Amino acid sequence: MTAALRFDPIRLPEKCEQLRKEVRAFLAEEIAAGTFDPHKPNREDTDAPEFSRRVGAKGWLGMTWPKKYGGQERSFLERYVVTEEMRVANAPTRRFFVADRQSGPVLLKYAPEHIKMDILPRICRGEICFAIGMSEPNSGSDLFAAKTRATKTDGGYLINGTKIWTSSAHIADYMIAIFRTSPPTKENRRHGLTQFLVKMKQPGIKVNPIGQITGQYEFNEVVFTDHFIPDDHVLGEVDGAWKQATSELAYERSGPERFLETYYVLTELVRAVGPNPDTRSAEGIGRLVAQLHTMRRMSVSVAGMLQAGKEPVVEASIVKDIGTVWEQQLPHRVRDLAAFVEETATNRETLERQLDFAIKTAPKLTIQGGTTEVLRGIIARGLGLR
Amino acid sequence: MAESDNIVVETAEKIFADLADPQTINNDKKDTWRAPLWQALSEAGLPLSWVPDDLGGSGASLADGFALLNAAGRFAVAVPLAETMLAGWLLAQAKIASPEGEMTVLPASPRDRITLDADGALSGRCRGVPFAKAAKHFAVLAHGKDGAVIALVDAGKGRIESGLNVGYDHSDTVTLDKVQPVSIKPAPDGFEQTHMMLMGGVARSLQIAGAMESMLDISVRYSNERVAFEKKISKFQAVQHNLARLAGESAAALAAATSAADAIANAKSFDDEVYLEAASAKIRCAEAAEKGGGIAHQVHGAIGFTIEHILHRYSLRALAWRDDFGSESHWAVELGKLVATRGADELWPLVASR
Repeated sequence: MTAALRFDPIRLPEKCEQLRKEVRAFLAEEIAAGTFDPHKPNREDTDAPEFSRRVGAKGWLGMTWPKKYGGQERSFLERYVVTEEMRVANAPTRRFFVADRQSGPVLLKYAPEHIKMDILPRICRGEICFAIGMSEPNSGSDLFAAKTRATKTDGGYLINGTKIWTSSAHIADYMIAIFRTSPPTKENRRHGLTQFLVKMKQPGIKVNPIGQITGQYEFNEVVFTDHFIPDDHVLGEVDGAWKQATSELAYERSGPERFLETYYVLTELVRAVGPNPDTRSAEGIGRLVAQLHTMRRMSVSVAGMLQAGKEPVVEASIVKDIGTVWEQQLPHRVRDLAAFVEETATNRETLERQLDFAIKTAPKLTIQGGTTEVLRGIIARGLGLR
Repeated sequence: MAESDNIVVETAEKIFADLADPQTINNDKKDTWRAPLWQALSEAGLPLSWVPDDLGGSGASLADGFALLNAAGRFAVAVPLAETMLAGWLLAQAKIASPEGEMTVLPASPRDRITLDADGALSGRCRGVPFAKAAKHFAVLAHGKDGAVIALVDAGKGRIESGLNVGYDHSDTVTLDKVQPVSIKPAPDGFEQTHMMLMGGVARSLQIAGAMESMLDISVRYSNERVAFEKKISKFQAVQHNLARLAGESAAALAAATSAADAIANAKSFDDEVYLEAASAKIRCAEAAEKGGGIAHQVHGAIGFTIEHILHRYSLRALAWRDDFGSESHWAVELGKLVATRGADELWPLVASR
């Protein structure tokens, strides 16, 4: 076969189910205490520092990392369970999810020991927030066109340029960013970019909020003017960021957050149609549930591959492609079905409010974290077409 | 073809490669391939994989049998292998020994029903019965006043109106009119027609997933050979993205089908979790057959529309298999009702049950 794209069925081990119960109980307590409302995804401020610390105290951040850095040395499947339960409950995970999913693993792999000892335990305690500095005004999907310069100076680098669409930069304590340390070469246009750890809230960094069509302000422009970064904040090989970027993608692209972003409207639709749906509603719900179930089984399977030490970049790209297209269409399919919900349904207003927000959210889902077009290019390469 | 670490699948793949090569079969206008293929499969004990040794079968596990059906899908095998396996499995539920030769199951649709009267005779009309015309025996699930029964019926006792599905395989209407079975026993406690349909649906899902894998394979290969506008069509981004979507549909079908097979193979009963798995597999694989098969044809252009090309052996069969043991529309309605009955707050616990 040209492409052995197998998603073996993974059964979550018993300890995952115990953990799931603990997470649900914890979230139920938080909801009861008024920390967040699971029916309201459109909160204006999704940053919840105290909640973040309580999640950390449970041992649910950096849970796969070594104990000496504050981790729990638990499996990717256990982390998966925590992530999906948080997402389905609409818990305010903004403060910690990037650090937990992505930034921490990069630091584990590329940061010097003293930085790991300093920062990783604070991520695990839920104390610090990370942003990712990839896109620039003239380089989005074309990552390796980045121009923001890191110029060598005594003991470090001076940064000049602008990152854009940087989620959470306004609350972030750190950013992991790529900057240009050398020009690209003729042989390799990806050469010359270096990954850095950036301490935010420092001189030479200005964060400007950018309004989104949802009415929220979650992403930002980040302007660097002669901002100094010390030598020990270089992550990995100077000029060699392109070699480091790919393996992260499997973590970033296959998780439950890649198909559950608008899930709440499906739950609310089921509530609105009640226990005796007409044929149309039943069929619509049945199809959506079958599609959801299939994606989740694929996503769990990728978590199993990660646990087994593989780098399932193509499989993860497939999950994100199918998953984000699905979660983007979901509010529209639910709207189709909601047209026939009884006027008397008690949650009608909640459903309409949620749909309003989900429909506005939908366009970003196939853009953020790797556009559909980029993903299909990666899949095509995996098929041997490029 | 895909690697296998399983003796049943290895045996089957060897037979398929020798005697069920799609191009050879496609060129064979006289159907001379059919008898040797069935004979080889029978000699290897594959059609009765799911029948225990003491009932005349080869006693393979459910998991191995499902993997075998996936392999059969990869070759678009057009003999009643899946049907005989399902029939043997059904008979074994009631400890009825399986005879030799081709079999199929009645009913093959959740909408049809066979009844058992007080004289012990079976009656009913079943549409869309795969390979009924080729079958020597029918394995029948019927309903009498004391509940469900399972019976072995001589195929000669039924009236068959011959038909073909969109994949050109036999899909016939079978009428039993007060037919006395060869043997008949009560179905196990709690065994319902729905369980048989879910089992059949998962079998078809694995076959569809196998056909999808092959469609991806031959579409990728073709795109790397065919030149248009002075380059291989695989170099056009539009074609690449179509093939990437086909890969996604193929992967989704395989994931859904193998997950459901794993769920059934390891379940103690047909509970809600198994229902979700099996119904979802049939729904999702049917959707993949439409979307993915469409892309495979688009990539091939006109050549894939010819009867000489092998693509239709996969694409049309995958579409035809959607109809057996409950279409995706049927299962979507049933799954939707199940979800609605459980209630909104029980949806996620169901989805996250495995």
